[in-house]
Amino acid sequence: MRFGVLRFPGTCDEVDAQLACERVGEAVILWHGDRDLQGVDAVVVPGGFSYGDYLRVGAIARFAPVMESVIAFAREGGPVLGICNGFQVLCEAGLLPGALLPNKTLRFVCRQVDLVVEHADTIFTNACEQGERLSIPAKHTTGCWYAPRELHEQVEASGQVLLRYAPGESFNGSLADVAGVRNEAGNVFGLMPHPEHAVDPLTGSTDGLKLFQSIANHVGAARV
Amino acid sequence: MSDTATAQPPHRALGLTDAEYGLIVEKLGREPNAVELSMFSLMWSEHCAYKHSKKLLRQLPTEGPYLLMGPGENAGAVDVGGGLAIAFKVESHNHPSAVEPFQGAATGVGGILRDVFAVGARPIAVLDSLRFGELDSARSRYLLEHAVGGIGHYGNSIGVPTIGGELYFEAPYEQNCLVNAMALGIARHERLTRSAATGPGNALILFGALTGRDGIGGASVLASAELGEGDADKRPTVQIGDPFAEKKLMECSLELLDRELLVSLQDLGAAGLTSSSSEMASKGGLGLDIHVDRVPLREPGMEPFEIMVSESQERMLCVVEPERVDEVLAVCAKWETTATAIGEVTDSGRLRVLSGGDVVGDMPVEALVDDCPLYDLAPEKPSAPIYPAPSPSLESTDDDPAALLPALLASANVADRRPVFEQYDCLVQSRTVRRPDDADAAVLLLPESDGARPAIAVSIDGSGRRVACDPYRGTIEAVLECAANLACVGAEPLGLTNCLNFGNPEKPHIAWQLSESVRGMADACRALDVPVVGGNVSLYNEGPEGPIYPTPVVGMVGRLPDAARAGRLGFSVAGDAIAFAGPFKPSLPGSELAKLRGEPLPDGLPEIDVAAVRKAQETIRDAVRRGELRSAHDVAEGGLAVALAECCLGGGHGARVDFRGAGSGGERLLETLFGEGPGGFVLSGSRPALAALARAIRLTFVGEVVDPGEDLVLTLDGDAALSWPLAELRVARARGLADALG
Repeated sequence: MRFGVLRFPGTCDEVDAQLACERVGEAVILWHGDRDLQGVDAVVVPGGFSYGDYLRVGAIARFAPVMESVIAFAREGGPVLGICNGFQVLCEAGLLPGALLPNKTLRFVCRQVDLVVEHADTIFTNACEQGERLSIPAKHTTGCWYAPRELHEQVEASGQVLLRYAPGESFNGSLADVAGVRNEAGNVFGLMPHPEHAVDPLTGSTDGLKLFQSIANHVGAARV
Repeated sequence: MSDTATAQPPHRALGLTDAEYGLIVEKLGREPNAVELSMFSLMWSEHCAYKHSKKLLRQLPTEGPYLLMGPGENAGAVDVGGGLAIAFKVESHNHPSAVEPFQGAATGVGGILRDVFAVGARPIAVLDSLRFGELDSARSRYLLEHAVGGIGHYGNSIGVPTIGGELYFEAPYEQNCLVNAMALGIARHERLTRSAATGPGNALILFGALTGRDGIGGASVLASAELGEGDADKRPTVQIGDPFAEKKLMECSLELLDRELLVSLQDLGAAGLTSSSSEMASKGGLGLDIHVDRVPLREPGMEPFEIMVSESQERMLCVVEPERVDEVLAVCAKWETTATAIGEVTDSGRLRVLSGGDVVGDMPVEALVDDCPLYDLAPEKPSAPIYPAPSPSLESTDDDPAALLPALLASANVADRRPVFEQYDCLVQSRTVRRPDDADAAVLLLPESDGARPAIAVSIDGSGRRVACDPYRGTIEAVLECAANLACVGAEPLGLTNCLNFGNPEKPHIAWQLSESVRGMADACRALDVPVVGGNVSLYNEGPEGPIYPTPVVGMVGRLPDAARAGRLGFSVAGDAIAFAGPFKPSLPGSELAKLRGEPLPDGLPEIDVAAVRKAQETIRDAVRRGELRSAHDVAEGGLAVALAECCLGGGHGARVDFRGAGSGGERLLETLFGEGPGGFVLSGSRPALAALARAIRLTFVGEVVDPGEDLVLTLDGDAALSWPLAELRVARARGLADALG
């Protein structure tokens, strides 16, 4: 399978995401100014500071030409994974519920955190076990997930929270310790921690690889 | 500006002496005009011309088997094998940070990153070395918080990990903090790019941010004079950083080099267009014509001299063959980076500044770059102590080691650095094998080659207080400390960069500190066979209350063949043996404990057997490389007891350690537990592996690692023992900086 990893000006973690994808498939970088997704099977919107995070995190990237194609791809059911700034961009684009607010400490924090897999029967978590703990680093200033009460209840009720910070592990103040949510259809998923930085035992854990493997499993199964 | 300042001749207001001005007139054959005078004043400033340090620096060894690019380029570079080079350099941004810490520190990071990608290397890591006054001062806490914020803001936003650093708090830095930033980059050998302008007729292209009035005179006004009253007025001389602009500039520069479109490349730092253009012309032995009216401006009505000396950030200058100009402009447009041909290379040997067709400045390049007079220092060892004794923070009667260990762990210079380094992204780019808490040095993966996964290690160090006690031996200690950190992860040193932060060199006692320190650095480098690849000098670090501690900061880069065997510092397996190794001779004067007790600095540090320390480092490094040690940690601030506590906390295991023979109380016990000096290591591993090392170096078995949840227990003479629950030590160590950072 082939992943497409977006690159906006100011994106920082796209090469890391590409390397992670290449452990389970092929991956190409997609330039923000191009509308052509080059026929990829899944899209990764990586971390960083797209357009300098000016105006508001993710607010400018959402209007990039490539995002028009990503939004169309998502509406057609294509798998889209947003990591950190990518999660923020997907929320701004209306592809994911809720919004990311500044951390409760108002500071950037870089820390290895434990996440709990809430649902393992999805495009993004099928290589995990339900209830499994994943050790994955998080690093951000604006990662406090928030949704109005009604929306939050709805997101919880429909099982859209796929990853939660393990008790005591959240540093950002996210509502109900939400670390990652999917859309209602289940093909778009965003999380603040960085699975692409947890794919090599030499540089930390390999737990993040399970998310990329899950997408590859799903695409492979869909093809058969 | 005061009346007296406006009344003096312009050259003096710009920091030039009457004799220097006379020499400029002689070189030009006439009086300089305002444009020329402002350019000379910058190029002949201490910051650009190194006029008080250049002669001394010639002592430093700059040759080595791994050296690819030595001092003189934007950054030095060493060979790390596999056809790859690591370029690196450390630079100061002290005075801007003292005036405006967030922007000062941020642009310090931006500047050093540009130095690294100017030589064609992709930046892969940042480290920082920070010095502030004591944490009980509100100003110090403010400077700390904002300098750390600025470093994080810039480094995090640009996607370069901040993987290490060091941080000390001492009263002499109260008015004049130090912010030194080091960057490393990676490149294939053939991609290393020099800055010499070549090929008359080639175009000179300025690209990056617009040129504004910020930072005008920064190098001469801020960097080459003492800080004093009314420094808030100097805020306009501090530059403002934009990491997003730099990120685009970096990617753009690297793409231009990938496509082989450039003849040479240079960043714009201190003294802006003036120094970058004259340095390029000087290295190429050619001339340049610069049309200042073509420079894209951020604000209208800027004078030619303002354009030539502006220190606006995030700008680069390159030389391009005329037929490649369009391609260069297209790449810049792709990265949304403004690029303009502003001049051309000439064979005149002169730097000419043109505006609207008129020549508004015309100077021999050689006069600007090479003819600044170099001064001999008049060093004289001070007859009385320069620095007052530190204010005591412990009761002098409080000699109970059971209380001293937690007190030391909670002290600002020893406490857990987590509240600082957690504000930095240490992971981006997927190379970080050892994060800040894991080991004595940061370890970064190199690309896989022939199935092997080699790595580099890097450390930055320099305790000003030790250098204040003894500039010669204190500086040797700083070099040895860096090398020890590398040894503990299994890395062989390849090269070092330094930043010499000192007071006013025109004063005999500062000249003595500087001379002795450089002599110590030269001797230490020769003893370890490590060349200096480049560096920076920051002088005039004085406030109204006196000079800073002399602070030579050393950044050292090494290589290890197998990243999987990179050493760790923590005790991690119960039952492992613990040994002290190396020619360590602890002494209390000048130590962290002596500081907490308010004892005056000693006049001199004990003699160092550098050859024995090197032997210990090499033996430990080789053992780490063979995968024979579970942990290795060098003894630094706070001595053996603090090192043991760090090993316990780092690996989450307790330890039982035998200190019998060191007495059950009194100064001798304190000296053994908390005394400092170079050459000491705490190791853990299997008994046979450690015993094998004892054949080569001094090594004493002292105890064993025990289970998590058990205490750190030190056995003393006469059945006495000291014991601390790890939780108590962890809380003490966490408190020091967390309290200050809120």
